[in-house]
Amino acid sequence: MNTVPWLTIMLLVPAVGAVVVGFLPRRRATLAKQLTLAITLVVLVLAVLATVAYEPKRAGFQFAQHHSWISTFGISYSVGADGISLVLMLLAAVLLPVVVLSSWDEVDGPEPGGDGLAAPAGGGRGGATPAGPAGGVGAGGGVATGGVATGGVATGGVEGGGGGTAVLVAAPPAPPAVGLGEPVPARGTEARGQRSVPAFFALLLALETGMIGVFAATDVFLFYVFFEAMLIPMYFLIGSYGPVKEQAQRSYAAVKFLVYSLLGGLLMLAAVIGLYVVSAQHLAHGTFDFATLRQLEITPGVQKLLFLGFFVAFAIKAPLFPFHTWLPDAGAQAPTGAAVLLVGVLDKVGTFGLIRYCIPLFPDAADYFAPMVLALAVIGIFYGALLAIGQRDMKRLVSYTSLAHFGFIALGTFAFTSQAGTGAVLYMVNHGLSTGLLFLVVGFLVARRGTRDVAAYGGLAKITPILAGVFLIAGLSSLALPGTNSFVSEFLVLVGTFTVNKALAIVATTGIVLAAIYILYLYQRTMTGPVTHEENRALLDLSVREKIVVAPMVALIIGLGVYPKPIIDIIRPSVTATFADIGKHDPAPTHPAAAQPGGHS
Amino acid sequence: MIVADNHLLLAETQKITPPSIEYSSLSPLLIVFAVALVGVLVDAFATRSTRRVIQPILAGAGFVGALVAVAVLHGRHAVLASGAVAIDAPTLFMQGTILVFALLSVLLVAERRLDSSGGAIVASAAVTPGSKGSTAARTSEDVQTEAYPLMVFSVTGMMLFVASNNLLVMFVALEILSLPLYLLAGLARRRRLLSQEAAMKYFLLGAFSSAFFIYGVAFAYGFAGSVEMGKVADAVGTTGKNDIYLYLAVALIGVGLFFKIGAAPFHSWTPDVYQGSPTPVTAFMAAGTKVAAFGALLRVFYVAFGGLRWDWRPVLWGVAILTMVVGAVLALTQRDIKRMLAYSAIAHAGFLLVGVAASNTDGLRGSMFYLVTYGFTTIAAFAVISLVRTGDGEASDLSQWRGLGRTSPLLAGTFSFLLLALAGIPLTSGFTGKFAVFQAAIEGDATPLVIVALVCSAIAAFFYVRVIVLMFFSEPLTEGPVVVTRPTLTFATAGIGAAATLVLGVAPQPLLDLANTAASSGFVR
Repeated sequence: MNTVPWLTIMLLVPAVGAVVVGFLPRRRATLAKQLTLAITLVVLVLAVLATVAYEPKRAGFQFAQHHSWISTFGISYSVGADGISLVLMLLAAVLLPVVVLSSWDEVDGPEPGGDGLAAPAGGGRGGATPAGPAGGVGAGGGVATGGVATGGVATGGVEGGGGGTAVLVAAPPAPPAVGLGEPVPARGTEARGQRSVPAFFALLLALETGMIGVFAATDVFLFYVFFEAMLIPMYFLIGSYGPVKEQAQRSYAAVKFLVYSLLGGLLMLAAVIGLYVVSAQHLAHGTFDFATLRQLEITPGVQKLLFLGFFVAFAIKAPLFPFHTWLPDAGAQAPTGAAVLLVGVLDKVGTFGLIRYCIPLFPDAADYFAPMVLALAVIGIFYGALLAIGQRDMKRLVSYTSLAHFGFIALGTFAFTSQAGTGAVLYMVNHGLSTGLLFLVVGFLVARRGTRDVAAYGGLAKITPILAGVFLIAGLSSLALPGTNSFVSEFLVLVGTFTVNKALAIVATTGIVLAAIYILYLYQRTMTGPVTHEENRALLDLSVREKIVVAPMVALIIGLGVYPKPIIDIIRPSVTATFADIGKHDPAPTHPAAAQPGGHS
Repeated sequence: MIVADNHLLLAETQKITPPSIEYSSLSPLLIVFAVALVGVLVDAFATRSTRRVIQPILAGAGFVGALVAVAVLHGRHAVLASGAVAIDAPTLFMQGTILVFALLSVLLVAERRLDSSGGAIVASAAVTPGSKGSTAARTSEDVQTEAYPLMVFSVTGMMLFVASNNLLVMFVALEILSLPLYLLAGLARRRRLLSQEAAMKYFLLGAFSSAFFIYGVAFAYGFAGSVEMGKVADAVGTTGKNDIYLYLAVALIGVGLFFKIGAAPFHSWTPDVYQGSPTPVTAFMAAGTKVAAFGALLRVFYVAFGGLRWDWRPVLWGVAILTMVVGAVLALTQRDIKRMLAYSAIAHAGFLLVGVAASNTDGLRGSMFYLVTYGFTTIAAFAVISLVRTGDGEASDLSQWRGLGRTSPLLAGTFSFLLLALAGIPLTSGFTGKFAVFQAAIEGDATPLVIVALVCSAIAAFFYVRVIVLMFFSEPLTEGPVVVTRPTLTFATAGIGAAATLVLGVAPQPLLDLANTAASSGFVR
């Protein structure tokens, strides 16, 4: 069974799909969507089949393939899966169709990027402030400049959204801002400046290729290539398809994202080349093969330098505490689908890199730097949670909660016990699901209301009960309520940490209380209580498409909360092997029950 | 009487034995040189309309012929013409590269559908800008077809530059390659004043640097008693009391060469010349001259002064760091896209110097590979720039590129890809080239240099990305520039360059093998 090159097929399908979809003419938007959905579903089926074919008991990489690529530098196309990478690929494969479906209408619209609510809002506004020089650009241009000029950084969306609400709700043609609201069709407006729908979906597919490649690569160079190449589609997704009215902010966010990641990536490149040179000194010929590299005995001094090169790149990617400032910007400005993938999968590359590359390749350095990483992790847990509590922008809020979650993952990874390690990997999957769902629901809300500001909502549970229910489930999963998936992973991380470092585990546990605060406080402000804004009364509940989008996520959140064993069975042997390989064995069990985390609300 | 005279003459000639010339081994050079001369004759005798057609074909055919000759010669490893010229694998590699880039540039120069009338080259260079008839010259269908023979002469110089095994021959080659370039820089059809200023600046500074170079050669002769690289290298091996001459020679020759590659602090001509020259010429200069100058630099530093490695390495480090920082940082502030690419060229010269500083075989291989990748990308980038136009010529101001990604996605996409390649993103040739160079440098104990280079790459990425932001994330201008859709030759060039950028990023192994063979067979002495 394992002779089937699952991973290569899983890479090729979206890669070819991206090219095909990318070359579709703009008019064929619907075809592009359908094709993309079909391709992502095929990848999902492939991923499931690969998971079934995977034998957790067998050591080493499975479905492995090696082909020499650039032999001068000992670079090969090598892919393979272990339990850790397999579940993450599965996560990516699950999230992609969900994202495609959720982004179905997001980039459509006759106006440049008009999602049905920008146009009337801008029309009204444009009428009030007679179009200046930008007026000639056309309706879309007027909207964009108007939004940016009038609104400040965060409030732009709020103001602009005011007039547009009713339209999206009552989809029918008559826009509320009568007369002036009718977009003035400037010459060639429709042709100039429209956002291409096929390109959006092609970028998603390119991103999927990158995500699968980065987890599948067993050649350090190949990993680096995917690691960097993945940035480009995400950069365009944020910069081109972010909120229509916030052009300045979204290009700022996109550039910040790219420059941060590139800087980290280039530091990693130095370490990657350094690793190659070290291998060339040890062996006859330099290599990038991961399995060979982990056998090297690198001197501790060199290890530390190389470790830092990799670590900074991963810490920026993940992100860990002092390297996180790009995340809230990117998270807020990315279109919902891209945001889901950004925090759901892309950021996992950082934590995945820690457990796959940093620890096995540089065990001594990992030991040396573990206290620092643990400290950063705990700081991240609290810092992220506190900032999340203070946010008014919902997407930024969710981004900050991720910072806290990544703290937990890093904590579990660097506790060096198989329990905590398994928990950390499981956490990566669960975080992808719960935060992904949270982003989706917030995205639905924002699409309805046109603003990310918490204050614009209130009492929505009465108007949109299903949406509110899904929101609650996502939130509860995010705060790790028992019965949801995240509880299992958080528990494992804390127990595993407790066996080696009681103080740290106890401190981290209190972070859960903060999680409860930011989630429940958000829910309370947006969903419960009286309806504070009259215009919200017209909001619609989830459509059929949106229900289909959230259904599998909700099912997985509950399902994995009740019965996580299949996933854990896949993860655990690989994690144990990773730690055993560097001589880390679990301490004799003492009183695991004592680590029972309290404070779940 | 007559017989006696003849005897006398014979006796005199016998004192100087004529060097035996291996014409076959020099064939690439000779073909190109002959084509240049024929080009001059064509320009003298053919009518205006015919020579517009004949000249590009002639030049192109000459380059193809020379390319074939280079391919036939592969494997030759010899010193020819009494030690004046060296034919070895690195030489042939560089000559082939120069010829390919020249061929692509000729395609760009020959493009006549871009402007309302003929192409990027001026109709009559002698008409003073602003004087009577200057407007007529702008719209005239005429072209100063001397541009083609000039280009071919310049290519002859470049090919000799990388092949010279003798510092004096190298100087001659330097002049042959430079003088036509000075003229070519002044031949832009639009913005004549800018173009003439560029030519003037280039000429004055170039002449200055040539003086440095020849002064250095004189010191080298003073030290070694010969201008042949092999003999200089032998003399370097001995210890004497004339070392000061040697150091002066290295420094002054270095200045001459650093000027040509555009390394800081000798870079100040680059932005002005890149901006003022006709864009096809800029492309030719950026790609071709860089290869030639680096070829010569590598030969001088690896062959003639190879024994002084430990003395020139610190200087080279300093120049490399300065070049990278200056290029990357100053590019951030540019408003003109051609100037921005000029500073990017400076930064790339710095990255290449990192490979030279490695001073090992890997460094040679990496540098050669990098030169090829950079040349293709940069020619394609300039080709794309020449496509975006307003009524007043090229829209070279960055602000005019706003929203181009929305209006002409294919062009903007191609340009973005090229910019990403220049920034060194994986799966583009730029990344593979950087990797090859940096790997060599780390192997050659130049890790700090690599760290600086990587930081500069990150800075550089920022300004490349800024253009992408402008093109894709901004609303288009109403009165924005028009993308010309008819020019097949420019499209072909941009396409070939972009395709090479992709192929060398995805499957670089064949070229790396070639560079590896060339580098490991090494320079002949």
